[in-house]
Amino acid sequence: MHISLNGEARQLPPGTTVSGLLEILELLGKRVAIERNGEIVPKGLHATTALAEGDALEIVVAVGGG
Amino acid sequence: MNDPLVIAGREYSSRLLVGTGKYKDFDETRRAIDASGAQIVTVAVRRVNLGQNANEPNLLDALPMKDFTYLPNTAGCYSADDAVRTLRLARELLDGHDLVKLEVLGDATTLFPNMPETLKAAETLVRDGFKVMVYCSDDPIQAKMLEEIGCVAVMPLASLIGSGMGILNPWNLKLIIEQSKVPVIVDAGVGTASDAAIAMELGCDGVLMNTAIAKANDPVLMAGAMKKAVEAGREAFRAGRMPRKLYSATPSSPTSGLIGS
Repeated sequence: MHISLNGEARQLPPGTTVSGLLEILELLGKRVAIERNGEIVPKGLHATTALAEGDALEIVVAVGGG
Repeated sequence: MNDPLVIAGREYSSRLLVGTGKYKDFDETRRAIDASGAQIVTVAVRRVNLGQNANEPNLLDALPMKDFTYLPNTAGCYSADDAVRTLRLARELLDGHDLVKLEVLGDATTLFPNMPETLKAAETLVRDGFKVMVYCSDDPIQAKMLEEIGCVAVMPLASLIGSGMGILNPWNLKLIIEQSKVPVIVDAGVGTASDAAIAMELGCDGVLMNTAIAKANDPVLMAGAMKKAVEAGREAFRAGRMPRKLYSATPSSPTSGLIGS
């Protein structure tokens, strides 16, 4: 299936969960926050939230800023 | 605590708030922030750099959350919607942390705030349970509106973000200080230590800065200077300055008992 990840097109195996995506990205266990189609996906739901065709995902971290 | 800064019911001994951007590396960031004595540090929220080595050092290692109060910002947001989305992500990222810095920009050249969008975002965020510290223009009317919406601090600019131009309109700042029941924190424009002292002498409750420290030739030394300036300015404000007596000199030494008289 095709998703948009941080503004870029990406292809994932069907049924990939948010946790599965984080694993692919080597971000599992890292401090990140995820928004799916404009809604936050809380950490507690990463493992059970299956992604769907056309989803738009944002994965963010804290960086230096003023 | 003697003379604490109280924001949203929590006490802070330092009245200097600092940003964490524009430093050479995380080591310099940490050393400068330690020298500043700041307890509240702003951070930005950005897309994770995909493909980057996931184990390379990050801000949270340099500045552990247990040692500092994080203040996630919305720098770079030009609409209320983007700012609200960014801070919802920040709250998720920082385990439910709800003290945030709202800024909605209106122009890429001046980074002047878009006040209608700022007011709109503030309303949504306060309703959503956030404790909002808000970057704003130095317009007393809109500062009052932000306070009435329920923001926990108003943070007018002293001059443009990153400009180092200092306190350009002390009179407007004074109007905001005199009317506000929430802390007033000068955010943006401070260039050197005397600017920070002037802000505090006016009666500001605190000063937030980033570039003035990070882009000094010696950021760690400047961070220490800013700490002292904020403390000195605060003490001078509390002490109450002598009145200005234009064209009316008064000697400090006794006028009698001079030799040869």
